[in-house]
Parts: sequence; C-alpha cells; structure tokens
Amino acid sequence: MRGITSLNWIGTGVMSYLDEAGTGLLLFIKILRGLFKRPFPLRLTIEQMEEVGVRSLPVVAITAIFTGAVLALQTYSGFKRFGAEGMVGTVVALSMTRELGPVLASIMVAGRVGSSMAAELGTMKVTEQIDALISMATDPVHYLVLPRFIAAFIMLPFLVVFADLLGIIGGYIVAVNILGASSTTYINRTLQYLEFADVSVGIVKAAVFGMIIALVGCHMGFDTEGGAEGVGRATTRAVVAASILILIFNYFLTALLFE
Amino acid sequence: MNDQPTIRVRDLKKSFGDKVVLDGANLDVWPGESLVVIGQSGVGKSVLIKCIIGILTPDEGTIEIDGELITAPGFRSMDLIRRKFGMLFQYAALFDSLKVWENVGFALIQHTHMNTGQIREVAEEKLRMVGLPGTLDLMPSELSGGMRKRVGLARAIAMEPAIMLYDEPTTGLDPIRADSINDLIIQLREELSVASITITHDMISAYKIADRITMLYKGKLIATGTPDEIRSSDNSYVQQFIHGRAEGPIRDE
Repeated sequence: MRGITSLNWIGTGVMSYLDEAGTGLLLFIKILRGLFKRPFPLRLTIEQMEEVGVRSLPVVAITAIFTGAVLALQTYSGFKRFGAEGMVGTVVALSMTRELGPVLASIMVAGRVGSSMAAELGTMKVTEQIDALISMATDPVHYLVLPRFIAAFIMLPFLVVFADLLGIIGGYIVAVNILGASSTTYINRTLQYLEFADVSVGIVKAAVFGMIIALVGCHMGFDTEGGAEGVGRATTRAVVAASILILIFNYFLTALLFE
Repeated sequence: MNDQPTIRVRDLKKSFGDKVVLDGANLDVWPGESLVVIGQSGVGKSVLIKCIIGILTPDEGTIEIDGELITAPGFRSMDLIRRKFGMLFQYAALFDSLKVWENVGFALIQHTHMNTGQIREVAEEKLRMVGLPGTLDLMPSELSGGMRKRVGLARAIAMEPAIMLYDEPTTGLDPIRADSINDLIIQLREELSVASITITHDMISAYKIADRITMLYKGKLIATGTPDEIRSSDNSYVQQFIHGRAEGPIRDE
C-alpha cells in the first residue's frame, strides 16, 4: 500500500513537471507567433531593455569583478606550487568567457529580473488586470510577454560580454596589483590563448539563458493564483526554476557548441 | 429584428477541478435591456460574464453575441466581438503602471490611430461623465477605491460599447456614490441603448437598474423576472436572498 502511495506521489510529481513544461512551451510558441503581429510593442520593449540590461549592470559588475578576483587568487596560489603562475591570466580569461560569465551573470539576472517579471505579472493576474487587457481585445502575451522576452534575449549577451571583461579586469587587479605577477605576462597569456569561439559561444548561451529567464518569469506570473501569497510563491518559483534550467541548459549547450 | 437577442447563453457549464461553478446556465439579453444577475458571493456570477467576453472558455454549452456563435470550435474573430463590449471589474483592475488618461484611453491607444491630444480629450469627456474631471495625469495609486472604480467605468465606456458588463459596480462605494453609479448605468442604457449584464448582491441597485433580474444558484439561473416579479416571487431561495435572511433553504456550505 505504501509502495503504491509513493509511486502515486512520484507520478503526480512527474506529471506536474511535464504539465509545466508543456504550458511553458505553448507560451514560447505564442511569443513566436506574436513576433509577426502588428503593431509591434516597441516602446514597451525599449523600457524592458532598460530594465533588464541597464539596471542589471551594477549587480553583474560586482559579481563579475569578484569572481575574476577570486579565480586569480585561487589559481595563483595553486599554480605557484608547480611554477605556472604565468598561466593565471589564461585561466581567468577562459573560465570567465566560457563558463562563469554567462552562467553567473544569467543567474544574477534571473534573481533580479525574472523574479520581478513573475511578481509584476502575478500581481496583474490576481488583480484582474490581465483579464482587463483581454476584455479590451489586447493579447496579454503580445502586450506583456513579448517585450520582456525580446529585451532579455537581446540584453543578456551584452551583459555577458560586460561580465567577461570585468572578470578579466578583476583577475588582473588581484594577480598584478596585489599578488605582484607581471602585467605583460598576464595580458599576453590572456590574449594568446583566448579564442573567438570562447566568447561567441558564451554569447549564444547568454541569448538562450535570456529566453529562459523571461519565459519562466512570465509563465510563473500568468500562473499565479491566490492573492499576495500566490505572488510570493510565483516569484520564488520563477527564480528557482530559471536558475536550475540555466544550469541544465548550460551543460548541454557546452557539450553541443564546444564539440 | 427584435427576435435576435444581443446575448444568448445556452446550457453553459464550467468547472474548476472538481468544483462545478456553472451547471447549465441559460440566459438572454435583448437589445437595450439591462439584466441583473444576483446571487451569493462565490457562486460563479463573475465566471458567467467572463465566459461571455471570452476571458474564460466554457466546458460545454453555447454563447451567441448578436447571433454569432463565439463558442464554435475555431472561432477566430473574438477580438472583434470584444470591441463591442465594455467591462467594469469588481476592483476596477486599473493598470497601475499607467496614468489615469492612459487607462481610460487604453483601447483607443491600442486599436485606433488617434493622437495623444485626441485621446486625452476623449478620456477627459468620459471622466467628466463619471464625475472625475481633471484627474487625467494622476496615477491609480493616488485614487481612493471609489475613484478607481469610476475610472474603471470611464475606461469601460471609452470605446462606446454596445454591451456593458458590470461586475459588482456598487460594491465598496458609499450609498450616495453607489446611487450615482446606478444613475450612470441607467443613463447609458437610455441614451445609447446599451445592453448590459450587471452582477450584484446589492438589491437596492438591482431593483433600480434592472429591466429583468435573474438569480444564480448552484450553477443554474433559478428564477428570472422583472423587479416586481422577483419581489413577489414564490421561490423560497429568491425570497431568502432578496430579504437577506440567514435562515432558509440556502445554507453555507
């Protein structure tokens, strides 16, 4: 009997995940269809680009600088054991561009922007503002989701390049100014081993992560039920789900794109 | 001409999970008629009008608007049908990121080529109708509950709809404001021959604005008639509700 109950429990869990994935996918299709519908909500998209991109700069900057800095600190003391301090610049540059830049910047944006998308749309849902949009013959996906989706898709790559740069600068400051490594070696080794693909794949990842953040945030918002408590729950779920999806997609994109 | 109702609902059913909300509801609203739906809180009065304007999709049954079957599978012109409607929401549902004039003029901004000046003019005219002139540039957060509701009403009539849906138009207003909303509803019906469905449990309002009253109970419309017929109805459920008695056949569940 207990066996059946737990099977049932697992079954319900799996079903609800599949259900969630299904509605998320449907929303994605609706967004793609919305791309071709006129008029395109240009003003709202620009507003969202400012919100997603410009206002995320400080958070992403601090995250990237300190990540680059700690990478330099760790590799310097580790690599010193076998006399490879000269490679610190390479390690920082490759780690930032290939992995940490895209993943950390996106997770920070998921926390900052994905949550506010879920909270804003969730509040609109429970106060019947979404219903009001429909009643005035305005498609909520076109009016609310499309601008957020496009803004995240476009701005995340910029944020990631920005994070890559600041990470490398953070690493430089620690390695050269604090630990006393040679400035020329750091710069040379960074440029020598960094390939275009390291950066470009990070940009592709960033665009995908941007879509995930907007899609999950908006989906959780539309799915909100039950007043203030429901909005809180939607917000948390948006951040957790987006972060997990970013990490999972990151693995598969890496496997796919770096051969 | 007059044999086609503006709204015709037949055998409408809608459930949420296990909870059956509408269980075979039937109603007709004739051109220029004001129909009031009464019933306890939470019996699905809002669900009924949200099905009619296509915010919710019914599980079964048919809805016709001006003879068009909007529940037909693959019906594609719902947005055109919606432009015939104006809807006032229970808590106004103003867009809190937009100013009052952008709220009132929302549909005009979305669906017409009018410029900002023209839209503000229309918004001011509609706001004057609801007794709120000079509020164009306020934010919804700066308004009281009653004012928000009247802005919501101004927004609902901005596109000069042929059909109005009022979800509890007088709830949360003081009796004097409530009566001025009643007058406004009557005025819209008389001057523009707007057909309307009003959901309420405010019996004073119901008697005043209704051509006919119908009562929703357990997913069905159990009694329909003119205000006088409802007042003298021998249906014990209706009698209990309109007199607001705790004792009677309707029990809290």
